[in-house]
Amino acid sequence: MNIQNMILTLQKHWSEQGCVLMQAYDVEKGAGTMSPYTFLRAIGPEPWKVAYVEPSRRPADGRYGENPNRLYQHHQFQVIMKPSPDNIQELYLDSLRALGINPLEHDIRFVEDNWENPSLGCAGLGWEVWLDGMEITQFTYFQQVGGLECKPVSIEITYGIERLASYIQDKENVFDLEWTEGFTVRDIFGQPEYEHSKYAFETSDEEMLFQLFSTYEKEAHRQMEEGLVHPAYDYVLKCSHVFNLLDAKGAISVTERTGYIARCRNLARKVAKTFYEEREKLGFPMLTNGGGNTNE
Amino acid sequence: MNKSDLLLEIGLEEVPARFLTHAMNQLAEKVKQLLTEKNIEFGAVQSYSSPRRLAVLIEDVSEKQLDLHEEVKGPSKKVALDAEGNWSKAAIGFTRGQGKSVEDIYFKEINGVEYVHVEKFTKGQDTIAILSSLGELITSLTFPKNMRWANLDIRYIRPIRWIVALFGNEIINLEVATVKSGRASYGHRFLGERVEIPTAKEYKQLLLSQYVMADYKDRKAVILSQIHQLEKEQNWLIPIDEDLLEEVTNLVEYPTVLFGSFDEDYLQLPKEVLITTMKEHQRYFPVTDSNGNLLAYFVTVRNGDQNHLETVRKGNEKVLRARLQDAVFFYEEDKKLSIEKALNKLEHVVYHEEIGTYQDKLTRIQELSQYIVQKVGINGEEEKQTLRAAEICKFDLVTQMVDEFTELQGIMGEKYAKIAGEADLVALAINEHYMPRFSDGQLPESNAGAIVSIADKLDTLASFFALNLIPTGSQDPYSLRRQATGIVQILLQKGWNLDFTSLLKKGIAKTSGFSKRGEEEVLNDLLEFFKLRFKHLLNERQVRYDIIEAVLEAPITNVKSLITKADILQAKKEESGFKEDMEALSRVVNIASKAEKIVEINADLFENESERVLYNEFVKIENAASQSLNDEQYYAQLVALNKPITNYFDQTMIMVDDENIRNNRLSFMRKLADLILYFAHFQNIIVK
Repeated sequence: MNIQNMILTLQKHWSEQGCVLMQAYDVEKGAGTMSPYTFLRAIGPEPWKVAYVEPSRRPADGRYGENPNRLYQHHQFQVIMKPSPDNIQELYLDSLRALGINPLEHDIRFVEDNWENPSLGCAGLGWEVWLDGMEITQFTYFQQVGGLECKPVSIEITYGIERLASYIQDKENVFDLEWTEGFTVRDIFGQPEYEHSKYAFETSDEEMLFQLFSTYEKEAHRQMEEGLVHPAYDYVLKCSHVFNLLDAKGAISVTERTGYIARCRNLARKVAKTFYEEREKLGFPMLTNGGGNTNE
Repeated sequence: MNKSDLLLEIGLEEVPARFLTHAMNQLAEKVKQLLTEKNIEFGAVQSYSSPRRLAVLIEDVSEKQLDLHEEVKGPSKKVALDAEGNWSKAAIGFTRGQGKSVEDIYFKEINGVEYVHVEKFTKGQDTIAILSSLGELITSLTFPKNMRWANLDIRYIRPIRWIVALFGNEIINLEVATVKSGRASYGHRFLGERVEIPTAKEYKQLLLSQYVMADYKDRKAVILSQIHQLEKEQNWLIPIDEDLLEEVTNLVEYPTVLFGSFDEDYLQLPKEVLITTMKEHQRYFPVTDSNGNLLAYFVTVRNGDQNHLETVRKGNEKVLRARLQDAVFFYEEDKKLSIEKALNKLEHVVYHEEIGTYQDKLTRIQELSQYIVQKVGINGEEEKQTLRAAEICKFDLVTQMVDEFTELQGIMGEKYAKIAGEADLVALAINEHYMPRFSDGQLPESNAGAIVSIADKLDTLASFFALNLIPTGSQDPYSLRRQATGIVQILLQKGWNLDFTSLLKKGIAKTSGFSKRGEEEVLNDLLEFFKLRFKHLLNERQVRYDIIEAVLEAPITNVKSLITKADILQAKKEESGFKEDMEALSRVVNIASKAEKIVEINADLFENESERVLYNEFVKIENAASQSLNDEQYYAQLVALNKPITNYFDQTMIMVDDENIRNNRLSFMRKLADLILYFAHFQNIIVK
């Protein structure tokens, strides 16, 4: 099965489970969790179900398109269900069946893996799912997001698309994966991988990036004061990406590094709190019976 | 009395393997405790667990609680009867509270006072009614890590999905986290199905029919026998790492052992890299030939049956290949990195936010190593190489291999240092300075490794104590206890005559740049911390507790001496004359505490022979002590004072009216006491 059909299959499967099918959020980010469809919607009592593909940029992982396993940008298929359904593991396993993975022919395991992202004030418990020894999915019950306790708890399922595809297509090199008939990952992402790696490691303008960080940060704070969470959060995401670029370049010294991470964390916490307050002002409009209780 | 079997199974989403056995035992203990408390008789107990369940089966549980005959004590007779001999309100209230009346009262004497008593009989209830509290028992289990799910408040190891609760063939009605109990359990996720359990006794067999081996001992035995089978067939050795076996056993419900292979070219990687990749990352057992050389095979345990093993093997081989490819890439890249470049990078690696970078730490390790080198008298080439090891011991932290496999720190350092042309001893010391790597692990053999190890650990301890990050209770995130124990073990093994308190002070002084506390305060805390380690060590040597107290109260000069002193006292305590020796020395210590004004001792103020004799002995020991007596000699000198001290107290009145004479004598006692206390606080020793 090529990547395109995998995505279509997953979309169909989760759409049938009542998920809102979204498109990738159009601001650079390091992981699907950072999309507002996850980070913000996991906050507060309102129910939510969503599925989307998220291109995830990790400048430090770029290898000029030369490494068979590492990418500047890879793809995650992200599912959030809030509150977590009782049969979530079955729903997930059904999605593997839909991808043509018959559990009886493989060895599928849920191996403990607890997830933490201190810079976003996030923590969760769950597993990595192993398919014949390979980690193909992160499966996490969110306990805390943006420093706020989750109630109800969301379940997050993150499939590593390229990882899973390399198994399904039995390819050793990620660039040889077929995206759709006639197009490989190399055809689509080969040149960008090289250029982004070169940019991140060699040609980026550090001074400009430092300036951008401060500018974005200031704007994020300013918009939060206006109660405009979503524009504010866009700027938080931009801060995070700029920080990742600077980090990949080795431009951030030790002492500064801790400072920058703390600044990102402050922003994330403040956004989470503001989002909660703004939804509360609106009376948590999506709240139905079976949602959850309000947060203290 | 009729008896039935009790079964309780908690169905869960996959429980972390490392917590499973403990949780299983906890469940059994709690159920046993409940039955015991409630006076319900029961027979054999069998606990079960698998990734998706915790269960306990108790055979022959009485269907009724035992009837209870008890005698209940009430108020005293005086209180129970008023002046006219009528029952008081207190007496009436008591009997009513016990469901009795005043007619049932009789008196019984306790310690000469008569008290009201009644005989009480409580009829045993039906066990099944009492078992309804099993729901609370389920929620009362505790785990190291808990989580919430859906919109529930309960915190538990993982979400609860079903509960089987049977007494005989009856369902015990429970509800926990919206899950209602029943008789339906679930088999293996893929091979099994929902299964109704008619009676408790059929549990194990029915689960097996659904591809779940509920007894972890069975799973372990199956895994082991299949591994041994493979060893025989292939003429391999498959060394069994107990922790790995335990973990793997708890990761599967129906184990099937299989093997896979990898390209022999990868055998050129250091064997530690291969083993770590297989064991830690993939939970595979490595395979060796009969000489212990690694072979290009691995053994894994599938959660399932024999079908489609080829697919599972191929998948696992692919994963391992990708990981080994990464490892080769890291190895080749790391070899290109010069040590100097690596050290430069350490300037950018934070050791701890408030303590600074690894480069800062390395500087302190070098200075402390220099100090220890001098104190223990290492010189020449060995000195040079020790200091070189101290200078570069952390360089491998910036290599890609250690970044990926943290547990290989030091081990890769040794290999890369050799490749970079460092001396063998330098390379070895880099590896050894992390020892002991776990409690009671191997200790450094080379002096260089031992010195850098002490320097590194001391710096870590001093740094965290300087920030007041001191372990409390079970909280020891930087494993400072292990590091302290490591220092003690190394010092003992090397037998170095290194002044311990000065060593600590040296370490503390290096933290002045970031310390939040006074040096004196940190020293006291560190000494207290180490004293607990010493105590533990002496306990293990079976030294009596009062002797441990006695030697730990004395100044801690060096670790070896501390042990020797304890051993001497432990050995002498059975000898005749020990009691008298201790009493004599303690007398001096006790009277010395009365000294208020310490003066220069003036021998002209002595009035009798016993004073002069004891003073001469004191001077002798004091001189000898400064010429470093060994502990046996010192002890011998002290106990030789017995006679002179006894004579002294027989002939000398210390608290005389003449202030000069009194102060002179008290000051002498103080100084003599200090000499005595330098060895041990003998007054703490219990003598019979």
